[in-house]
Amino acid sequence: MAEGKLADPIGLPLDRVDGQLKVTGRATYAFEYATQGGAAYGVIVPSAIAKGRVVAVDVQEAQHAPGVLLVLTKDNAPPQTPWGPVDLPDRFARAEPALDSDEVRYFGFPVAFVVAETFEEANAAAALVSVRCDSLPGQYDLHSAGPTAEDPGHISDGAPANSSVGDFEAAFATAPVKIEALYTTPYQNQAPMEPHATMAVWEGQMLTVHTSAQLTTSPQEGLARTFNIPKENVRVVTRYIGGGFGSKLPFYVDATLAAIGARIVGRPVKLAMTRPQLFHMTTHRTASEQRLRLGADRDGRLTAYGQDALVQCARFDNYTEPVCGAARMLYAAPNRLTRHRLAKLDLPRSDSMRAPGDAIGLLALECAMDELADALGFDPVDLRLRNDTEIDPERDRPFASRHLAEALRLGAARFGWDKRIAKPASVRDGRWLIGLGVASAVRADVLRSATARARLERDGRLTVELAMTDIGTGTYTILTQVAAEAMELPVDRVTVRLGDTRFPPTAGSGGSFGAATSSSAVLAACRKLNAGLALGLTEAEGSVTPADLDDTYAHAGFGAHFAEAAVHRDTGEVRVRRMLGVFAAGRILNAKTARSQMIGGMTWGIGSALIEENHVDPRYGSFVNQDLASYHVAVNADVGSLDVMFLDEADPHGSPLGSKGIGELGICGAGAAVINAIHNATGARIRDMPATPDKLLATLETLDA
Amino acid sequence: MKPFRYERAGSLASACASATEPTAKFIAGGTNLLDLMKLQIETPTHLVDIGPLPLAEIEESAEGGLRIGARVTNSALAADMRVRRRYPVLSQAILAGASAQLRNKATTGGNLLQRTRCSYFYDTTKPCNKRMPGSGCAALGGLNRMNAVIGVSSDCIAAHGSDMAVAMAALDARVETVAADGVTRTIPIDALYRPPGNTPHIETVLAPGELIQSVVLPPPPPGQQLYRKVRDRASFAFALVSVAVVVTREDDRVRAARVAFGGISYKPWRSAEAEAALIGATVTRASFDAAGRAALRDARGYGYNDFKIPLARRTLRAALADATGVI
Repeated sequence: MAEGKLADPIGLPLDRVDGQLKVTGRATYAFEYATQGGAAYGVIVPSAIAKGRVVAVDVQEAQHAPGVLLVLTKDNAPPQTPWGPVDLPDRFARAEPALDSDEVRYFGFPVAFVVAETFEEANAAAALVSVRCDSLPGQYDLHSAGPTAEDPGHISDGAPANSSVGDFEAAFATAPVKIEALYTTPYQNQAPMEPHATMAVWEGQMLTVHTSAQLTTSPQEGLARTFNIPKENVRVVTRYIGGGFGSKLPFYVDATLAAIGARIVGRPVKLAMTRPQLFHMTTHRTASEQRLRLGADRDGRLTAYGQDALVQCARFDNYTEPVCGAARMLYAAPNRLTRHRLAKLDLPRSDSMRAPGDAIGLLALECAMDELADALGFDPVDLRLRNDTEIDPERDRPFASRHLAEALRLGAARFGWDKRIAKPASVRDGRWLIGLGVASAVRADVLRSATARARLERDGRLTVELAMTDIGTGTYTILTQVAAEAMELPVDRVTVRLGDTRFPPTAGSGGSFGAATSSSAVLAACRKLNAGLALGLTEAEGSVTPADLDDTYAHAGFGAHFAEAAVHRDTGEVRVRRMLGVFAAGRILNAKTARSQMIGGMTWGIGSALIEENHVDPRYGSFVNQDLASYHVAVNADVGSLDVMFLDEADPHGSPLGSKGIGELGICGAGAAVINAIHNATGARIRDMPATPDKLLATLETLDA
Repeated sequence: MKPFRYERAGSLASACASATEPTAKFIAGGTNLLDLMKLQIETPTHLVDIGPLPLAEIEESAEGGLRIGARVTNSALAADMRVRRRYPVLSQAILAGASAQLRNKATTGGNLLQRTRCSYFYDTTKPCNKRMPGSGCAALGGLNRMNAVIGVSSDCIAAHGSDMAVAMAALDARVETVAADGVTRTIPIDALYRPPGNTPHIETVLAPGELIQSVVLPPPPPGQQLYRKVRDRASFAFALVSVAVVVTREDDRVRAARVAFGGISYKPWRSAEAEAALIGATVTRASFDAAGRAALRDARGYGYNDFKIPLARRTLRAALADATGVI
């Protein structure tokens, strides 16, 4: 690099600009905010029943406990807007009242709230609150609710619940080769390291909530709706977030109760949900039952493509996991049918978790493709290549950029796919059976609305402000790179400020739209500022809207996962020895944070294939696993060598930078590659996720014989 | 957490005297007790911290074994060169448990007295005879995947979660205690734990105020030692089943064998039946399987944990094959 000349920073593996703050403990998270006067501490009392009514709450003892400032119940909570409305276009801006009625809607539902001088005092007093409830019978089992599940009309991404092309039933009936299989995926929890937490402060009529949230303007609007106050009177601050994975798209009663508590006691109130509370008081990923019906001609071309999904939402909600979204655009087939059915149960709310829909939809679909390859006697990579398409098969639009085939071919070569022996249980390493598996990855790409402000300070530094969030993905860093490049400044002269509704509004972080959306707004603001510098301009705003994405094209990221699994012949333990993900994900804004996103997604794919599940005990309507000792997420030892490769790609009709979403693509299909590798290793076809050792024992017994 | 009184032990005698109150508890590493107190499953009014007591040494015993102080941490015990050379199964078992951070804090005595990880024991809104005597057992008709399959009762099917104790059971370890009146006694590890019967809340034979001072390992038995743990994820998870074996091979026969299982009962489950079946048996997977069948003859599943019976047998087979060099 010549003296004075700046390398273009976009794409470089820049270290996280907030990394030092985080590892030295100086990045302030919601619960850590201190204020003048000192905050009081709140603790939520959850219900012990899953459905029914609160008859009486005895607060006498709690009220007289040391340090207690407030015990809030249905009897003294202020009036609030009822939950909802359920059909609000932005479901994350719904009213989220607390203790506003005697109804218990799910297990662990908030029934009282204690505020005290210290956390310990609040917690001790919370245990003294005596709640008497009348229990009502509820419905908690997804499988048995299947026959009465409803057609929800639409799935959560706005698409119709059902899609049909050609005549699926006739084509499937006459297909020369076909498979039909029922796959099930379990309830999953996002389990972020940082619990959902809020500190609320009132200054006159102005409410400020420091909260852990993926979005800013939605909780601002939602809190205003809840308390029936102007949106301008609510400020949401969320500078650093210890993981969200979809669970911090909605806001929860921690924000509502902190605000009510702070109002009543006249001091800031902070509260963090406990780990057990997270499992019920926040959202989860629905369990699913998926019926896959694939028919092909003998040349391996799909003629009939069917996926039926049964999912759960809370009784009072309408969230429908978009399970079949990937199926609608992954492979060509002239006759297609996808359907979603929704069972409303008396369980906590289901909502987004990393790659909602696609993560579990592809887990089933890409395993079913492996079954079809088996039935055809085809190599699984070849089968996928044969059914590739340049046209979005259900919406009849060309893909703006689609490099699935390249990802499959390059990945196969790099992984050593040619050494795979198709016959299961052919490769052994001591007592371990070794297998290879492949799966495709796809995740639709969307652009949302955002505005950013860029300001050149007197000292020559650039400040960029927008109400975006960095949920640990690296947003601060990539926006620094984009602004630096657009303004032709060194990256250390750029300060990006996020997570505050005082900054221009953005769509926040979620659904893989965050990077493309926010970077487009930053780029527009900086370009405008740069162009106006000669005229004395020092500040500019720039925006992006969904219309900036050319919708004559279909937009999606693609990829291919390859996995090598070892299965112990005696015990059924599965170890993923190595995995490769090859991704065509548009222009990469930071090679390091992008790789981390993919590694995180692939790791979660391993977890969803092998480990992760929660159970509902239908006798009580509650999740059984309520801590991280029993709800298992993958740990380092579960993850072998992970290799990530990005194809050189830019979406010419996508966001102005040509980038695509990468936050979720890494998990899409990853688990299926592992499950398919287990099949190649053992011959066991696991259709009930996850593939824990117990599910492999029957196959291993037959191999013994 | 409820308010409690905290006392740092001044001496063995005063510690035991203080802890004789029914609502008192000893605390050492606190890795289990503090979690349970936060959830109000344990609600002691008085904690006696044995941290100041001199029980953190590992010493040679007169009979040629080791005496392990109750406060020796899991990390220190697993890393001790005498343990690694003479009792490798113990070192392996400890390192298969918990995480490095927890092992640094957790102690030998505390590990033996850790309480079950049954999900229903942890959820205070559910019936549990161990947590609330007489309330019932939610695990019986519930999600009992992690629960016991042998030695338990219709009042409680909780499993003991220790890895360390499984190796100690195979090594014939003895627990040395001292009571408030100064009386000491030695309890074989197998006799430390009480069967749940209809009093699952009483888990050991220890009297109030009786403190584990040390664990004595007899001289190492001859033979190959091995610990094999099977769990849902590769690290930081409780055992689905585990096996500690000490086995001596002579030509193609087993001359001596010791077998203990983890994850299948209320205590580390030493199996005399498996050991009897192995003596003189051929060194083959078939005879290892037969030993496993003998061990599990009285086992029964409760639905979700049915798989533990074949898995325990297969894990024993794998451990014995590894220990005897069967390909």
